[in-house]
Amino acid sequence: MKKNNIKILAIESSCDETAVAVVEDGRKVLSNIISSQIDLHTIYGGVVPEIASRKHIENINFVIRDALKEANVTFDDIDAIAVTYGPGLVGALLVGVAEAKALAYGLKKPLIGVHHIKGHVFANLIEHENLKPPFVCLIVSGGHTEIAIVKDYNDFEIVAATRDDAAGEAFDKVARSVGLGYPGGPKIDKAAKLGNPFAIEFPKARVNDSKYDFSFSGVKSAVLNYQNKANMTGEKINVNDLVASFQRAVVEVLVEHTITVAKDYNIKNVAMAGGVASNTALRSLMEEKCNEEGLKLHFPSPIYCTDNAAMIGVAAYYEYLNGNFKDLTLNAVPNLEL
Amino acid sequence: MKILGIESAALVASVAILDEDITIAEYTTNFKKTHSETLLPMLDEIIKMTGIDCSELSAIAVSGGPGSFTGLRIGAACAKGLGLALDLPLIHVPTLDAMALNIYSSDAIIVPIMDARRNQVYTGIYKNDCNLEIIKDSMAVAIDELFEILKDLDNKEKIKKIIFLGDGVPVFREYIDKNLEIAHDFASANLNRQRASNIAMLGLKMFKEGKSLLSDDMRPEYLRKSQAERERNVDKTDAGL
Repeated sequence: MKKNNIKILAIESSCDETAVAVVEDGRKVLSNIISSQIDLHTIYGGVVPEIASRKHIENINFVIRDALKEANVTFDDIDAIAVTYGPGLVGALLVGVAEAKALAYGLKKPLIGVHHIKGHVFANLIEHENLKPPFVCLIVSGGHTEIAIVKDYNDFEIVAATRDDAAGEAFDKVARSVGLGYPGGPKIDKAAKLGNPFAIEFPKARVNDSKYDFSFSGVKSAVLNYQNKANMTGEKINVNDLVASFQRAVVEVLVEHTITVAKDYNIKNVAMAGGVASNTALRSLMEEKCNEEGLKLHFPSPIYCTDNAAMIGVAAYYEYLNGNFKDLTLNAVPNLEL
Repeated sequence: MKILGIESAALVASVAILDEDITIAEYTTNFKKTHSETLLPMLDEIIKMTGIDCSELSAIAVSGGPGSFTGLRIGAACAKGLGLALDLPLIHVPTLDAMALNIYSSDAIIVPIMDARRNQVYTGIYKNDCNLEIIKDSMAVAIDELFEILKDLDNKEKIKKIIFLGDGVPVFREYIDKNLEIAHDFASANLNRQRASNIAMLGLKMFKEGKSLLSDDMRPEYLRKSQAERERNVDKTDAGL
């Protein structure tokens, strides 16, 4: 099997983006098409799984054609079909998985199943040519908050996880509660810039019995309680101060634990992945602390932080090199583990 | 002209290859495994068994709905992926129309009923005296509403007999026997569920009538909005909007 000029067509449909990309040799993104449904879900204040699945099936062939066209390739040039098979919304995942299997079967090309979070981690390789394992990666999104040690391209160890909400979920809930709307992450990021992060002291998102794990329900509840109390006493809340203080409570712990892991495992490269990795407060504090500790920090551009298929194409390349292919029985696994 | 038929609208998973008036192969299961795991391996099995190459196909017919939302999408994604890969047109075959083809050369009224939950059925009303006649198109209705429609029909022109089939039968059989006064019966085990050969056969007819689609444009017909959309509409009505 050839090792160079491997072009992979990758499909991602685990949540509310129908995304298809063509990636060469795990680094070069030839196309990265994302059909976002965010406007459809905004009126519901969050992603509606059934609506997401319906949009995926309507969009998918158009997005695949666009990805081929943008990459200036045809199916003949494609060496393998890759697809996210978990974790995610089962109905949404199933559209991508069934489509990818049918494509691979019809084209007689190998099929690769990719773990969504592995994709997020590998998004870092797209723009950082020199980044190689081992590295520590903080994964933060609406569905995940984990610290992984990437020992090798196919060897991950999760050393920290959240005990309750994901960080992004806490952002969404707080944003909704203070009336900033959906999606919460970018809205809070923006409002926090106008506020004083030291105005209110909220509990930190750590747990007592673990050095690395997270818990966001406490800080989230504290924000909601603060609001209720202010409502009862008729005190006027400064929303910008409130979300800036909340954001600080979350971000400080994310950074602190990531740095601790890097130091404990003596790893010099740190990366960030997932939608919340584009939060500006998180980026600047992580940068500051990494500089202090002599660590090198990497993070993807915002377009590769949120859900996309380029990252799936990157992760798929290493499965391809390992000969790790799936057969036609591949199913969607909504709670797939790393 | 060879047509591939795909059926996954309900619990049945079925694939068939039809060549004009011959069913070359058909593989049907009604088993708890998910369609995602069964449909393509079943297709691969009949392709290998018959030695037919996918490039010999002229079109792909797929059971387009109504039915299980997820089941419909797995079938549609399967058809769309194959259509895109093999550059083949798709034919969106109404699921209930295809089910009615289980009864042939009969003057009975054919009523496929699919369990739609919430005490409703997906149904349609047909006659197939060698030529399929659609008396009432696919709809999602309460079982009592279906009775009313059938009574109206009976008042206009005496119904000799109704044949019910589909996975709504085990759910509503007793209720039908108790409450429907028109003569009726239930299709036998070999004829009471979906089959991909029906999809392919009706698909071939539709294909010859020019009713095919670009694979990009095929989307299932759910006959129902998502729960979130329904509830939102209710909220709006409540608020007087």
